[in-house]
Amino acid sequence: MSDTFFTGAPHWTWFIVPYFFIGGLAGGAYFLAALLELFGTPEDRPVVRAGYDLAAVGAILSGALLTIDLGQPLRFWHMLFQSANFPAVMFKGWSPISFGAWAILLFGLFSVLSALGARAEEGRLRNPALLAVGSAVRGGLGKLVSAVGGLLGIFVAGYTGILLSVTNRPIWADSAWLGALFLASGVSTGAAALILLAPRRGATERSLEWLSSFDTKALVVELLVLAAFIASLGSLNRVWVSFWGLLLLVGVVGFGILEPLRLHARRRPLASAAKLVLLGGFLLRLATMLASEGIDRYRVAAGL
Amino acid sequence: MPEPMGFFTDTTVCIGCKACEVACKEWNQLPAANGGIGELSGDSYDNTRKLDGIHWRHVRFIEQFKAPYDGRWLMMSDVCKHCVQAGCLEVCPTGAIIRTEFDTVVIQSDVCNGCRACIAACPFGVIDINPVSGTAQKCTLCYDRLKVGLEPACSKACPTDSIQFGAITELRSRAQKRVDQLKAQGVQAELYGADPQGPLGGLNSFYLLVDKPEVYGLPRHPKLPSRNLGKSASFSAASAAVLGLLALVGLRKRRMEEVGHV
Ligand code: SF4
Ligand code: SF4
Repeated sequence: MSDTFFTGAPHWTWFIVPYFFIGGLAGGAYFLAALLELFGTPEDRPVVRAGYDLAAVGAILSGALLTIDLGQPLRFWHMLFQSANFPAVMFKGWSPISFGAWAILLFGLFSVLSALGARAEEGRLRNPALLAVGSAVRGGLGKLVSAVGGLLGIFVAGYTGILLSVTNRPIWADSAWLGALFLASGVSTGAAALILLAPRRGATERSLEWLSSFDTKALVVELLVLAAFIASLGSLNRVWVSFWGLLLLVGVVGFGILEPLRLHARRRPLASAAKLVLLGGFLLRLATMLASEGIDRYRVAAGL
Repeated sequence: MPEPMGFFTDTTVCIGCKACEVACKEWNQLPAANGGIGELSGDSYDNTRKLDGIHWRHVRFIEQFKAPYDGRWLMMSDVCKHCVQAGCLEVCPTGAIIRTEFDTVVIQSDVCNGCRACIAACPFGVIDINPVSGTAQKCTLCYDRLKVGLEPACSKACPTDSIQFGAITELRSRAQKRVDQLKAQGVQAELYGADPQGPLGGLNSFYLLVDKPEVYGLPRHPKLPSRNLGKSASFSAASAAVLGLLALVGLRKRRMEEVGHV
């Protein structure tokens, strides 16, 4: 039996599962928007702007979910500054939850800046202070912000899986693939969300075409990483003889990856494939997290 | 600086009286479970079942019965191991978990914000949230008592000296003598966590066991969570690179087609 079965569950459930999904999606969406900003054409601008908006909303929601989940929400800042030595910074480079807290904060900052830039570009900012900031984040500075923000975005998409692996919990700490898996899922759900939202911002056919062809590739990468994840669990895979295993197989692989791939191959309809990708991304977090949450030391020792 | 202090628990003399559990709860003012309404486990004579935020000591009953009159009871008073390399301390993002001058591991309740990373990081399933404080809690090895020269409440209360408190070096030699004595009597005894070269640099609360560690609900090779960091980060970086490249190649292809059309 894996040594991880003798540990206790952290109760990362109803706020953290949605956070992992939304954070991944926001990070992935920003990453793609930044790539289009830096290497795309002017015709991709609507997608870029939608990506920044999505990222900003997602980052703020993520921060809120993380804070509400704490046992002492008003002490959320203890993760950023040393509570007894304020303003000395609290940072542990070897603890994903520590560097993740900083990453989420900085990512939120960059995505809000980029979103303001996007709104200024569309002429939708009235408030003079916000307009000044938004207008500043364009041109060269805008590109710099999106380059750094894009790196932060892809980091936020993947670190949550690393966080789970850097524990002693069953499934999570028994494989090193969760970070890569969540990252691929974050990028594919980010692309899917953009496919659904960008048309309202005036996205062109060609931009959407690129998004869907990229999403196809991201889904293939996700499927391969998922296979590597399952293979790395070895004999531990018996945990999947459960409701969560069924959810992983039918919900994530079937509806969340294979069916969207089939729809993409037929080139239509884009929106239904994208909705399925979003569903699959959420179910992936749900299944991998709750399957482990259900295993507790005392039950294992008592043979329950 | 005082010497490293800790517990040696000789499970062979534990009688399952739970005096340590009660003494711990009383000294540390831990609330009753379930609002004080008694709840029976239904499948064991042990009704505490596990360590958590309001049970910092737990006398585990291992009921090895194949048939009536054919079996034995193993009892073990379980507690935080005060690991020399502690997983909980490693991950705690607020710095709430500290190593004290006694080489013990303590959670400062006024710093902890209840993120629960330490619960998932502890290889022994020791920590949980105390619903009264909303923070993670566990045995402090009675840091407040040690400070004023008292021994911890549990070892003080133990009527058989199954739990012995003292300087780690002294406890180790005492434990080895006990193992030799038991082996001479033909009993299969082994120490768990007494070896400073062993897992986690040794445990400052170590045990004498007469069965496999797993039987007592203890992992055979407890490890630090950070063992997975390098590999997990590299795999993630590789998948980020692959996805980034795929995106760029797609954009380039699109541009080439465009040039081709013109
Ligand atoms: S046993 Fe668990 S809670 Fe105690 S010091 Fe070790 S890692 Fe921390
Ligand atoms: S719950 Fe408290 S003690 Fe545990 S890791 Fe979080 S801040 Fe640290």
